[in-house]
Amino acid sequence: MAHPAGPYLGKDLLGLEELSAEQITAILDTAEPFKEISERPIKKVPVLRGKTIVNAFFENSTRTRISFEFAEKRLSADTVNFSASGSSVSKGETLVDTAKNLEAMRIDMVVIRHGASGSARFLAERIDSNVVNAGDGRHEHPTQGLLDLLTIRDHFRRIAGLKVCITGDILHSRVARSNLWGLRKLGAEVAVCGPRTLLPRDVEEMGVTVFRRIEDAIEWADVLNVLRLQLERMQGGFVPSLREYNRVFGVTRARLDRAGRDILILHPGPMNRGVEIDSDVADGPHSVILQQVTNGVAIRMAVLYLLAGGAPERAEAAKTGGGE
Amino acid sequence: MRPVLIRGGRVIDPSQRMDATLDLLLHGGAVVEIGERLDAPEGAEVFDAAGLVVCPGLIDVHVHLREPGGEHKETIASGARAAAAGGFTAVVAMPNTSPPIDNPASVGFVRSEGMRAGGARVYPTGAITVGQKGEQLAEIGEMFAAGAVAVTDDGRPVMNAGVMRLALEYVQTFDIPVAVHEEDLALSRGGSMNEGVIASRLGLTGIPNAAEDVMIARDLMLAELTGGRLHVQHVSTRGGVELIRAAKARGIRVSAEATPHHFALTDQAVERYGTQAKMNPPLRSEADRAAVVEGVRDGTLDVIATDHAPHHYDEKEQAFEDAPNGIIGLETALGLALTELVGRGVIDLPTLVERMSCAPARALSLPGGTLRLGSPADVTVFHPDEEWTVDPAKSLSLSRNTPFRGWKLRGRPVRTLVEGRTVWAAERP
Repeated sequence: MAHPAGPYLGKDLLGLEELSAEQITAILDTAEPFKEISERPIKKVPVLRGKTIVNAFFENSTRTRISFEFAEKRLSADTVNFSASGSSVSKGETLVDTAKNLEAMRIDMVVIRHGASGSARFLAERIDSNVVNAGDGRHEHPTQGLLDLLTIRDHFRRIAGLKVCITGDILHSRVARSNLWGLRKLGAEVAVCGPRTLLPRDVEEMGVTVFRRIEDAIEWADVLNVLRLQLERMQGGFVPSLREYNRVFGVTRARLDRAGRDILILHPGPMNRGVEIDSDVADGPHSVILQQVTNGVAIRMAVLYLLAGGAPERAEAAKTGGGE
Repeated sequence: MRPVLIRGGRVIDPSQRMDATLDLLLHGGAVVEIGERLDAPEGAEVFDAAGLVVCPGLIDVHVHLREPGGEHKETIASGARAAAAGGFTAVVAMPNTSPPIDNPASVGFVRSEGMRAGGARVYPTGAITVGQKGEQLAEIGEMFAAGAVAVTDDGRPVMNAGVMRLALEYVQTFDIPVAVHEEDLALSRGGSMNEGVIASRLGLTGIPNAAEDVMIARDLMLAELTGGRLHVQHVSTRGGVELIRAAKARGIRVSAEATPHHFALTDQAVERYGTQAKMNPPLRSEADRAAVVEGVRDGTLDVIATDHAPHHYDEKEQAFEDAPNGIIGLETALGLALTELVGRGVIDLPTLVERMSCAPARALSLPGGTLRLGSPADVTVFHPDEEWTVDPAKSLSLSRNTPFRGWKLRGRPVRTLVEGRTVWAAERP
């Protein structure tokens, strides 16, 4: 069951590191006409009619899974959800056997979320179906990176030349890596800021500036992408306490005010209010956190459409069943 | 047994500073004569070794034969055959089996299975500590009496420095070394590859060089304190090489290994999550690889050993972090050493024989490593530069896990003799 590789993407979407600037821009452009579908009273178009998609979530996820599901359903795909607990995986079946069994049922695409870095590539190299990485360990979460790019572009009408700082737990964050590659490829300057315990070794070699102090990062940035501090990081000894984390690295109203200019605030969610971000920042006028969520559905529609062989310039026509 | 006359080969034996075209006569399991144009005794098998190197049998002091408990990966018999096919006349089996070799009965089992195998000689080792848990010394004296040639908790470090001190003191009665896998578990944090930008990009937990270096430094100090014999396994870091070099200069009794994969590969091999490049210690940076090569050259790393670590296909067919550590190495070691070290002019052939035969024998006080008259007739005959392509499907190991698939190597074994008996011979065109 060979699938034609789309002209704009390959067979799979595994990460932004391996995409070109043109491919990333094509995805963002394709998302534009899809945004409107979610605003209609009847949120359904026949773009992926007859396609079968499995959402294989080996790790807990709420918003990413729901976002993919909305994207698939609004494009009229048939979807099956699959989670690790209560499935054959919990009976010891290997990832590759699970995937091959799913494929034997003649599916078109797999959206995979898995706790192991590289698992999406592992799967993609072993099955013919299109594979979309919905987060693999600490490696990449490309659709999150893309929706962050789209949200920034919506606001500034450009990406090139912007200064974007990703703050918090970079070490364990797949969102950070996808953002980093996507932003750099589209010409933004990228920095990271967080405790040194939560920055990857040699992160500078990935082409980013490192700020040790959040005040310096805020002083520099046009955009802050504030990452969630997971509670287990404190138990792992990476930071002494959440209270101290907020005092030293928290994105607070007082710190933003000191910068004296508007800084766009993104957060991939779910937020720990009062830890990495204060509520009055998250809910403030420069926060686009909910717009990120809205854009997530359009981005995922665009990715699924392109992997299915669609062309960016035909996306508008495809919505009415034409263009294929 | 028929006498064997190996005629006209380049006989290289660093133990007696020999490097000349000579004939070698083996009889009664021993080397009986070396000289020019020897007469073949009646009934002797005559083997024409013109253009080939004839040397004391290669010895690999670091292999995992997986028996008992992992017979789907390797058995003592299959491992001994694979060793012979790699030009090795003797191997030293690590005790991290299931259950671990931490008692004299288990040591005896490995020894007797090795004798039955009919390939390379198999020397057992015993665990340093009961269950390789790093807490209580195992019955080292009893295991020595049963045939253990060293003690090691390989695969794991002895995290408790006090226990390591006791081991280095206790082994002195038996004059065997303590062989050490150097890894501070609090620093390696369950990492699965070298710490560096590649791990950072791939989102994998890295193992810093310091995890190895601090333990090497600790154990060199303990060796100095106690006077015990230390054998540092699979050195992968520049810092480790420097520490051992300085320790040797101070007269500390230490020997150390370099593996072919650590002198031939870097963590670049892990790109795209290749589980065949996952091992512990991990493949390091280019600076580390170059330091390992330099360590082999100047003798700081006096022993080349494979860390042959077979794993079943299914076990490597997993996400990177879930796959087990290790690669097979017995049948590629000589070719890699000849290609990467001799072929690149790092060392000459006599030094290669020194690192793969004489020094391993000395490090673990094994018979062999020499062709002196009267010594065991363990002999390796190899072609110094014949080109061949690594094909894991042809391996005599039960496993196929190697990152060297498809590599073109120059130089390969031709015949392996143990006690004057041919245990493996290449198919010659």
